[in-house]
Amino acid sequence: MMLSHESAYSQKPKSNSIEINFSHYVGNEVLKLDSVIYKNALNQDFSVTKFKYYIANIVLLRKDGKPITYNSYYLIDEEKPGSKKIVLENIPIGEYVSVNFTVGVDSIDNCSGAQSGALDPVNGMFWAWNTGYIFMKLEGTSQFSSSPYAMLEYHIGGFKKPHNCIQTISLPLNKSILIANNYNKTIEIKTDVLEILKTPISINFSTLSSVTDFNNATIIADNYSDMFSILKLNDEK
Amino acid sequence: MKSKIYIVVLFTASFIILAFVSPEDPYFLISKKDVRLTIPKGFPEPSYTFKNNKITPAGFVLGRKLFYDPILSKDSTISCGSCHQQFAAFSHIDHGLAHGIGGRIGKRNVPALQNLIWNKEFMWDGGINHLEVQAIAPITHKDEMDENLDHVILKLNQRNDYRIAFYKAFKDSTVTSEKMLKSLTQFMGLMISANSKYDKYILGKASFSEEEKKGLALFRNNCASCHKEPLFSDNTFKSNGIPVNTILNDVGRKKITGIESDQYKFKVPSLRNIELTFPYMHDGRFRNLTEVLNFYRDSTKHSAYSDPLIHKLSKLSKEDMKLIHAFLLTLTDKTFVYDRRFADPNFSRKQ
Ligand code: HEC
Ligand code: HEC
Repeated sequence: MMLSHESAYSQKPKSNSIEINFSHYVGNEVLKLDSVIYKNALNQDFSVTKFKYYIANIVLLRKDGKPITYNSYYLIDEEKPGSKKIVLENIPIGEYVSVNFTVGVDSIDNCSGAQSGALDPVNGMFWAWNTGYIFMKLEGTSQFSSSPYAMLEYHIGGFKKPHNCIQTISLPLNKSILIANNYNKTIEIKTDVLEILKTPISINFSTLSSVTDFNNATIIADNYSDMFSILKLNDEK
Repeated sequence: MKSKIYIVVLFTASFIILAFVSPEDPYFLISKKDVRLTIPKGFPEPSYTFKNNKITPAGFVLGRKLFYDPILSKDSTISCGSCHQQFAAFSHIDHGLAHGIGGRIGKRNVPALQNLIWNKEFMWDGGINHLEVQAIAPITHKDEMDENLDHVILKLNQRNDYRIAFYKAFKDSTVTSEKMLKSLTQFMGLMISANSKYDKYILGKASFSEEEKKGLALFRNNCASCHKEPLFSDNTFKSNGIPVNTILNDVGRKKITGIESDQYKFKVPSLRNIELTFPYMHDGRFRNLTEVLNFYRDSTKHSAYSDPLIHKLSKLSKEDMKLIHAFLLTLTDKTFVYDRRFADPNFSRKQ
C-alpha cells in the first residue's frame, strides 16, 4: 500500500522545486538604478536607468544526462523585484549538474502575432516597425555619450541571420543539487551589466552610445553571452 | 450592365444616407453569416487563417468599434478610420503622405486595406511580419497616433462600453493587448475585395469592352510579372524605377533587412481599387493614373536602380497605356467600398 502510494507520488512530483534568483551587479557592486556612477572598462563614467531581458528555454540537466525543459518566457526587470525570481516546480527526483537557458525570444515567437504574458507588447520589449522582440534593454547616461541628453541606449534583439542575437547560456554547477520529494532548492545567478560592455569588445560610449536596431546589435549580444555566473547554491533541503 | 451597377450604387448610397441613425441601427448588426470567411474563387490559400483567432460577430463588432474610435490616439483625435477611409478602399484619398495627430505629416502614403490575409509582410517596406501586430505600429508612431500601448489598454479598461464589448467577444471583460489586436484583425481580415468587373469577367459573369480586353492582354504582358493576378501583387519588394525622393530619402526594404541590394525597393502594391486610392506610390508623388502610366513608358525618368522588367515598358505607346488605363478601371469594387459591414457605425453622430 505504502509503496504504491510512494511511487504514485514520485511519478507526479508536486512540490519539488528549484528557485532561480537573478541578482544584478555592475562588476562587484550590486546594481542600483539612477543614483550610482559606475565605470566601464575604458574608465568612462556611466549610470544605469533601466535593465531588463528575456530568459527562456530553461533546462535543468540531470546527472544521468536527462534534460528537464521549461518552455516559458520570463522577463527579468531590475525595476520589478518579483520578476527576478523564477520558481521551477515539479522537478523529477535526481541530482542536477547544470542550468542552461537562452537570452532572447525564439524566431517562431517573433512571428506569431499578438501574445500575452511575458511576451505582451505592453511590456515595452517589442519593435513595432520591424516586427520583433527586444531581448535585452540597457539604458543609462554617460557624459561620454554621443547621443542627445547624454543617453546610453542598448536595445538588443533580432532573430534573423546575420543579425541573430539569441544567446544560449550554460552554467555548470560546481556542486550538484539533489532533488528529492519536497526538496526546495535555490540557485543564485549573478547578472553582470559590466560584461555587456566588455569582452569580446569593449564599448566606447563616445562611439557607440546607442544601438536600437540590427546595426551593431550582435556586438552587444556577443558581449552579454558571458554576463551570467553562479553566485551561490542554497543546497539545504 | 453598367447601368445596373449604377442603380445598385445609387440605391446603396441613398440607403446609407437614410438608414444611419445610431450604432444600434439594424443596418450595423453583424450576423454569423456576415462574418463567414469565404475564399474567392481562384484566390490562393490565405497566409492568415484565423486558426488562433476564431471570427465571431462580437469579435468583429469590437474590432470595428476600435477601428473607428479615436481613443486609440494620444489626444483622442484620430482613429484608424481617419487615415483608412472606406470609400477609398481604406486608403486616404488625396493625401500624399499620412496625416497624424496635431497635423503631423508622416513619411509614407496610406495604402489600401484589402485582402490583407493574403499578405505575409505589411507596410511599404514589409517591416511587419504578422497582421495581428500591425496595429501597434500606427498606435505608437509619433507621427500617427503617438500613444503608448499600455496607456491605450488602461483607457479601454476604464470604459464600461469596452468592458462589455470585450466580454461579449472573449468572455472576459479585462482588456488586454492580445484581445484588442485579435479583434482588430477579425475586422480587417474580412476586408476582402473580389467583386470587381474584372472578377466577374474572369468568372464569366460580365463582359469586357474591346478596349478592356486589349488592356488586360497588355497588362498581362507588361505588368503582371509584378502585379500578379488575382491579388495584383506578387508580394515581393522591387524598384519600379521611381527616382529616390530626396526630401524623404526613404531607403525602403533595406531599412528592414540591412541588405544593400534592397535599397529603394518597396512592396509591389495591389492594383485592386486603384481608381480610388490616389495619389500613388509609397510617397504619393503621382496624382493620377495618367501620371503613373506616363512615367512607366518614359525611360528617361527611370532611376538607375530600376528593376530590369521596367526597361521594356518604354516600348509601350500612348495608345497602349490608354488601353491599360481602361483595364485598370475594371478593378474597382463598389460592393467592397459600400459594404455595410465595414462602415463606420458612428456615422450619424459625426454628421
Ligand atoms: C496617420 C494615418 C494612419 C493611421 C491613424 C493609421 N494608419 Fe494604417 N497605415 C498608414 C500608413 C502611412 C501606412 C503605410 C506605412 C508604411 O508603409 O510605413 C499604413 C499601413 C497599414 C496597414 C498595412 C497595409 C499593407 O498592405 O501593408 C494596415 C493593416 C494598417 N495600416 C492598419 C491600421 C490600423 C488597424 C490602424 C488603427 C490602429 C491604422 N492603420 C491607423 C497610415 C495610418
Ligand atoms: C518590376 C515590377 C513592376 C512592374 C513590371 C510594374 N510595376 Fe507597378 N509598381 C511596382 C512597385 C514596386 C510599385 C510601388 C513603388 C513605390 O511606391 O515605390 C508599383 C506601383 C504601381 C502603381 C501605384 C500603386 C499605388 O497604390 O500607389 C500603379 C498604378 C502601377 N504600379 C501600375 C503598373 C502598371 C500599369 C504596370 C505595367 C505597365 C506596372 N505597374 C508594372 C512594381 C512594378
